[in-house]
Amino acid sequence: MSAMNQWEMVIGLEIHVRLDTESKLFSGMKASYGASPNSQVSFLDAGLPGTLPVINQKALEYAIRFGLSVNAEIPEVTIFARKNYFYPDLPKGYQISQMDDPIVGKGHIVIETDAGEKTVEITRAHLEEDAGKSVHDKYDQYSAIDLNRAGTPLIEVVSEPQMSNAKEAVAYMRAIYTRVTHLGICDGNLQEGSFRCDANVSVRPKGQTELGTRAEIKNLNSFRFIEKAINHEAKRQIKILESGGSIIQETRLYDAEKDQTRSMRSKENANDYRYFPDPDQLPIQITKEMIEAQRALLPEFPEAKIKRYVEMLGLKPDDAEIIANDINLSKFFEQSLSQSKAPADLNAKFLLGEFSALLNAESKTIGDSNIDAVSYAGLLDELQAGSISRKVAKQVLDLMWEQGQSAKDIIEQQGWGQISDNSALETLVDELITNNPNQVASYRDGNEKMFNFFVGQIMKQTKGQANPVQLKQILEDKLKQ
Amino acid sequence: MINISIREMSEMLQTKKISVQELCSLYYDRARAFNEQTNALITLYPELCAAEIMHAQETVKSGGSVLAGIPLVHKDLFCTKGKKTTCASRMLENFISPYDATVVKKLKTQGMVTLGKANMDEFAMGSSNEHSAFGIVNNPWSHQRVPGGSSGGSAAAVAARMVPVATGTDTGGSIRQPAAFCGITGIKPSYGRVSRYGMVAFASSLDQGGVLAPSADDCALVLSAMTGHDALDSTSANQPQWQWRKPESPDMRGLKVGVISSWIDSLQDEGIKQLTLQGIEYFKNNGAEIIEIELPHAELAVSAYYILAPAECSSNLSRFDGVRFGHQTAQAENLEALYRQSRSEGFGEEVQKRIMIGTWALSSGYYDAYYLQAQKVRRMISDDFKQAFAQVDVMACPVSPELAFKQGEKSDGVSMYQADQFTIPASLAGLPCLSMPIGFSQGLPVGLQLIGNYFDEQTILSIADKYQQQTDHHLKMPEAYL
Amino acid sequence: MSINRKELEEIAALAQLNIPEHQIEQITASLNQVMQMIAHVNQADTSLVEPMAHPNDAWQIIRTDEVTDTTHKTDLLKLSSHADDDHYLVPKVIE
Repeated sequence: MSAMNQWEMVIGLEIHVRLDTESKLFSGMKASYGASPNSQVSFLDAGLPGTLPVINQKALEYAIRFGLSVNAEIPEVTIFARKNYFYPDLPKGYQISQMDDPIVGKGHIVIETDAGEKTVEITRAHLEEDAGKSVHDKYDQYSAIDLNRAGTPLIEVVSEPQMSNAKEAVAYMRAIYTRVTHLGICDGNLQEGSFRCDANVSVRPKGQTELGTRAEIKNLNSFRFIEKAINHEAKRQIKILESGGSIIQETRLYDAEKDQTRSMRSKENANDYRYFPDPDQLPIQITKEMIEAQRALLPEFPEAKIKRYVEMLGLKPDDAEIIANDINLSKFFEQSLSQSKAPADLNAKFLLGEFSALLNAESKTIGDSNIDAVSYAGLLDELQAGSISRKVAKQVLDLMWEQGQSAKDIIEQQGWGQISDNSALETLVDELITNNPNQVASYRDGNEKMFNFFVGQIMKQTKGQANPVQLKQILEDKLKQ
Repeated sequence: MINISIREMSEMLQTKKISVQELCSLYYDRARAFNEQTNALITLYPELCAAEIMHAQETVKSGGSVLAGIPLVHKDLFCTKGKKTTCASRMLENFISPYDATVVKKLKTQGMVTLGKANMDEFAMGSSNEHSAFGIVNNPWSHQRVPGGSSGGSAAAVAARMVPVATGTDTGGSIRQPAAFCGITGIKPSYGRVSRYGMVAFASSLDQGGVLAPSADDCALVLSAMTGHDALDSTSANQPQWQWRKPESPDMRGLKVGVISSWIDSLQDEGIKQLTLQGIEYFKNNGAEIIEIELPHAELAVSAYYILAPAECSSNLSRFDGVRFGHQTAQAENLEALYRQSRSEGFGEEVQKRIMIGTWALSSGYYDAYYLQAQKVRRMISDDFKQAFAQVDVMACPVSPELAFKQGEKSDGVSMYQADQFTIPASLAGLPCLSMPIGFSQGLPVGLQLIGNYFDEQTILSIADKYQQQTDHHLKMPEAYL
Repeated sequence: MSINRKELEEIAALAQLNIPEHQIEQITASLNQVMQMIAHVNQADTSLVEPMAHPNDAWQIIRTDEVTDTTHKTDLLKLSSHADDDHYLVPKVIE
């Protein structure tokens, strides 16, 4: 352990963000996930001779929007380049990507670390087309190639090697994830590979300024795995260095089941990618108007949102953070807030309490909730008006989920409405006092326990629907007379 | 009948002197009869396409396009739906394109009738048509000689009047040089004028589709129908379809013609030199002003071109990997063997050579000194032209320093490359240019090249048309094909 | 500039071409001849010149994000000499 402490890690990340466009980056073919193999492949996507790429405007806009969200420079002109290599999932024998003049230049993002805030510089982000997929378990002898994913738009976000432990790398990855999902440019689906990451990991003795030889761990698509993979890789490198060996610059694959990384044989040959400007495309002009149009679409980011929730809405910081960090949750929260008279803290507590519990139980997220924000607001209003108790509200919520009806309708049908009508309660109390003179006298003589008898009687009569606060007030007033 | 212009054919169709079926059959029979001697066509369709004939007849009847009912062949790198598109390569020997190239579609819409696909140098790489997997094309003027390349099949087919017109492509001279060698007119329009969609790429920043036909007027009519912006080709110029206006008189007063004396002086072939000078003299006699100009960096054009074109080709041809289409080796132990065997079996020697040159020029360590340097030289040559066109309307110069040479005569690749010296500069600059027949030397045709300013196809075609109004070199046919 | 056997093999590997043993000498010679010719570009002083990637001096035209194409699965897979009903097949790749 003491030996481990003499080393420090240097981590840089390349994050691939799949842009949520309708069509592919250079063809008019549908870009959605999950279609049957090779059913979403245009002639261009298959690399047929004679086909030519035509850039998708939305992909450009999304990339610019991302750049603005990380305070990056957006150039006036951007160009595409070809990255040449042979691989079965790369139909043209080159990937259309960017080398010089990428669409997003230098930027930065602030992350939270154990030691406080840290700024991570972003080297660049560029647009590129994704490759297809190889299926290895269909045949013993063959790999099967599905090109549906080929040509779908990605931005590759390249950080400076500035993370010094796996936790920071995860924090950075989360920060970028939050950005792209809040921007509405990526669906954030980790299982489908919409957000994945290559980690460049090296180690060096503490105090040394030059970087050690790095290994690149490919295709990490979970926040948990990336932390484990980086830690594992750093340990592997330290072990080699401490036993007098040296690190080979190579591409490695993380095996989550075995919790280890291994060299990727298929990428063994250090490739000379022979980048050159794609002669099938002309330079793209990025006008001020394009940039400003995207700037106007920038949403409020979690940091600002948390601040606003705490300072303006009076939420607890912990609640504010949970809501603000989830784009769908915060949308739901704010929409329900605008539709309901209930105060924000009640809304947040119920949302993170009863509502979240229900979602968990149903294995759903707020994004695919059966109950929309407006219906939820209706429930909050009933709770706020005192027509139901919080306990009943949970039951109403369950029925809303099952039956799709409004809170008001359910309360009426079930007869769960609290009796909050003062005159109705006063009449009941008056009758009670008239019919129980002994108990009244006992209370007035100082037997305060007798108060509960009156409450109990009224509750029994009203089947528990009397508003307890109002009832208490009326009883106190009438019994004192 | 077989040596009349497209306008005349169209007139005969309109006045019902001949039917579409008769006209197309006439040419179809010639194509079939002469293909053995010329080997100009890789594919002659087994019969005329009934649907195309019917569409042509309807177009003629409705008084539509002047091109309706006119038969043609496409260079075999234009993709034709449901039909073989081989690029004269073993790699695509059995490739049937699932779509039509934009050019093919446009001409089909006009009512033109496709008879087949023309031979060429494999993947358009070559200047002699000797690099075809489907055999050498014989020059109709002299069968032991080459027709030029890479659009050699198109040029030979037109010279033998197997068709009245053919499409071609020109990357460094591939329309102009075969047109000159075969005694016909051939135009390469401005880069971006014609959509490249469906045209199998050799070098994307240089390739341009064009036309070969006996006369400038024939070329212009067909070219006009091929032009216009195509949303499927990002590099196609954002311009409407170009409209050809045929000049009424041969008068050339007011026209400024630039000549480069050093180019003419350098000609070793006395016949070509004299005919070139006579051609220029003709312009002068018709009122044009002859102005001496210079292209100081043009001498580096061949070197720059043979870096840039192979570099682009090395990448463009990577898609032929034996996986999704094209030749796949019979037995491959592993992925790398699949790639290497399929490609080495599928590509001919010249194609492999250019792929390697291009791969090398783009590889790390050589990129700056070769590829980038060549791009800079390209800029210098383009700037030379800009300066020249500040003084002149058009430039007149030789097409090739030599006559159609004997097959197998040039074993040294580099000397073949050097012979592209007069056609490559305008290709690098992307300018419109044509070759027109100006006479014969030793019984072989000689062409003169006209280079125009950007998107000024009108001027070069007008000059050629004016010249052809008073001369008949373009109407001469090799005797064996009369 | 000229290349030797080792460099030729590296180029052939990048280009995924096989060079038969008996042709190595001839191909090296032929490539070297071309390399000599193209080396002439270095005669030009280009220190103040911008590279020219394209003759079309215009901006790229941009496509709106619309799905304009439909499936070609059958058409495409039938072009391949080694595919099943769903996939292209290649010798097993070990990652």
